[in-house]
Amino acid sequence: MRITGAQALVKSLEMQGVDVVFGLPGGAILPVYDPIIDSPIRHILVRHEQGAGHMAEGYAQATNKPGVAIVTSGPAATNIVTALADAYMDSIPIVVITGQVATTSIGTDAFQEADTTGITMSITKHNWLIKDASEIPQVVKEAFHVATTGRPGPVLIDLPKDVSNQMMDWYWPESVDLPGYKPNTKGHPRSIAAAAKLIKEAKRPVFYIGGGVIRSGGSEALKVLVDKCNMPVVTTLMGRGAFPDDHPLCLGMPGMHGTYTAITAMQKSDLLITLGARFDDRVTGKVSGFAPDAKIIHVDIDPAELGKVRRADVPIVGDVKLVIEELIEALDKGEVGEMAFSITQEWHDQLKSWQEQFPLRYEEDPKDGSLKPQYVVECLSKLAPEGTILASGVGQHQMWGSQYWHFNDANTWINSGGLGTMGFAIPAAIGAKVGRPDKMVWAVDGDGCFQMTAQELVTASAERIPVKIALLNNAYLGMVRQWQEMFYEQRYSEVYLSPDLPDYVKWAEAMGCVAFRVETPEDVIPTIEKANQINDRSVVIEFRTDWREKVFPMVPSGATNDEVVLGPMFEGR
Amino acid sequence: MTNTPPNLIPMSMPGGKSATEIGYHVLSVLVENKAGVLARVAQLFSRRGYNIYSLAVAPTDDERFSRLTVVVDLESVTLEQITKQLHKLINVIKITEIDPRESVQQELLLAIVAADTQSRSQIMELAGIFGAKVIDVGLERLTLALADTPDRLDDFTDLIKVFGIIEVQRTGRVALTKLARPSNRGGMNKGKAS
Repeated sequence: MRITGAQALVKSLEMQGVDVVFGLPGGAILPVYDPIIDSPIRHILVRHEQGAGHMAEGYAQATNKPGVAIVTSGPAATNIVTALADAYMDSIPIVVITGQVATTSIGTDAFQEADTTGITMSITKHNWLIKDASEIPQVVKEAFHVATTGRPGPVLIDLPKDVSNQMMDWYWPESVDLPGYKPNTKGHPRSIAAAAKLIKEAKRPVFYIGGGVIRSGGSEALKVLVDKCNMPVVTTLMGRGAFPDDHPLCLGMPGMHGTYTAITAMQKSDLLITLGARFDDRVTGKVSGFAPDAKIIHVDIDPAELGKVRRADVPIVGDVKLVIEELIEALDKGEVGEMAFSITQEWHDQLKSWQEQFPLRYEEDPKDGSLKPQYVVECLSKLAPEGTILASGVGQHQMWGSQYWHFNDANTWINSGGLGTMGFAIPAAIGAKVGRPDKMVWAVDGDGCFQMTAQELVTASAERIPVKIALLNNAYLGMVRQWQEMFYEQRYSEVYLSPDLPDYVKWAEAMGCVAFRVETPEDVIPTIEKANQINDRSVVIEFRTDWREKVFPMVPSGATNDEVVLGPMFEGR
Repeated sequence: MTNTPPNLIPMSMPGGKSATEIGYHVLSVLVENKAGVLARVAQLFSRRGYNIYSLAVAPTDDERFSRLTVVVDLESVTLEQITKQLHKLINVIKITEIDPRESVQQELLLAIVAADTQSRSQIMELAGIFGAKVIDVGLERLTLALADTPDRLDDFTDLIKVFGIIEVQRTGRVALTKLARPSNRGGMNKGKAS
């Protein structure tokens, strides 16, 4: 069958099981947009290419399937660079297809030409510049394979316009041909046994759970392992939902804005059972002072993570889910199987006492009647139907979202962890809703973030993708303001945004959303209830929150995790 | 305040190795012979802040593959981290660390040396001792070529400096593992090129 390269691309996506792509057409990608009309693949027309990238990420995070975005060359490709970098940091499988100028024009500074593969080399797992249409099915198959196996991540296919128009003989490859890419998935049996022994011997162990558990689909297996061991669990920002918050062994999030108990449990632990986490600086604080007495079991599918920050006593390369299952078996096998668990009651008691003494706290009944952002998130969480997905932007609202939302399921918390991309929430929420139309999707957003990507709400309205946005409007770039207050002697530099410019309600309405403004605590619950009733349109609730609120607890940048600042609620105790 | 944990990797001493082991290491990297592979390797080094001391690239006897010989400077990072990150490149097939004691290493040096009638014979004699070839002759200049170990090239350069070096160029290092000998059966296959 003779078809064009463009047809081959679309057909390859169909063969790959793609049911939806996010994109925006333009010159170099025009040939690809023609066969899209006849394809069963749903195309969602975004308003900015960055949105297409984040939607693909949101889709991938909600479904554990790869998200796909198609954009044109040059400025479109550079617009999607942020999403690629974001997906690379957080190990999100997305496949981005960019148009490119014709092969004969490459290197001539042609109209809308950019060196896309060069620009994205260090923020993709791999990228391809296709030079001949006959390569297309093979490259598409390889691209999906690379994106979704091993440590997942973004890939990019750059497709010159003449290659799209070139005729080729259609085929679908049986297999991929990547001699340099063979990810290990099964843990080494001897290491598994060694890990099981350390787990049995540990008196003050902590499970340190990262996003890898979610990416590998290992949260069910994790529950079995944790219950078997009866050991406490912390879930990192990327790992929220991998283990249920309402489980009595869950201590919440560790790190810079984690709970006192999660941070301190790691500090005092004698064994960190690290599953799919990477000792990020926001978790460890000052590395030289991090968990000084802990031995480390480190399980990761990416060998380069083992020993990158902290040497592991037992490093295990493997798929986290498989390794968890192997660990469950190993705990009952041979000599280790004979051993009893050594975790002490004192450790459990200690953790419980910290939890009681130092819970997450905010002023629940402020005398001045101000609206606390933490209260808003708490109400959103309480009123949300089971399994609701929460997307988030980056900043204070993200931390409050992670702290005060109750996560009980994997793939229900979608945020930009590693890169910290402001404006992530709205497009990510849209992508998540496309992937999981059965679920309610809320986004918690800040006023700074909202202004970066709000235009995608037009996409949501036009494409009938109903998402709900809780906009915590404190009129500031709040996290930056918090740092200037705490570390720059309250010299506020370029952080004020104004509460009513723009008028968020009018703006949201102009984009086809239902919009509400909430200014008092009394209105929070009724308005959220109203929003939860609306299923056919997107909803924006602008909450005018107290601009003075800061995120606590906080480990100041550069300090060790022994120096947790608990905030004003604990002063004078 | 806090005791330094025993299993922490101090940045100044990569991998907790002794100072004598720190310095230059030679990596032999087998890569797919595809467009952009060198850029990927170079960008990885630059992006992660690793230093390349020298680099040589050429296709192997199997045209599907090329071999990069990279001399890396381990001032700031462990060799383990470099090889692991390199392995993550999809086009990288195999990485072998080449131990200087267990390998043969060569570089090529080309040098234009000032050589008037008086000094010419002395330079020729020196070239003879080192096994360098005269590959071009001018009225008052000679161009010499020497392929040898990096140390010998350093020595040779120091000696010819006396006569006045006009220009000198050195290639990156290439290296192969030493061949197995009857007394060294463990390394039978180490010398394979690809």
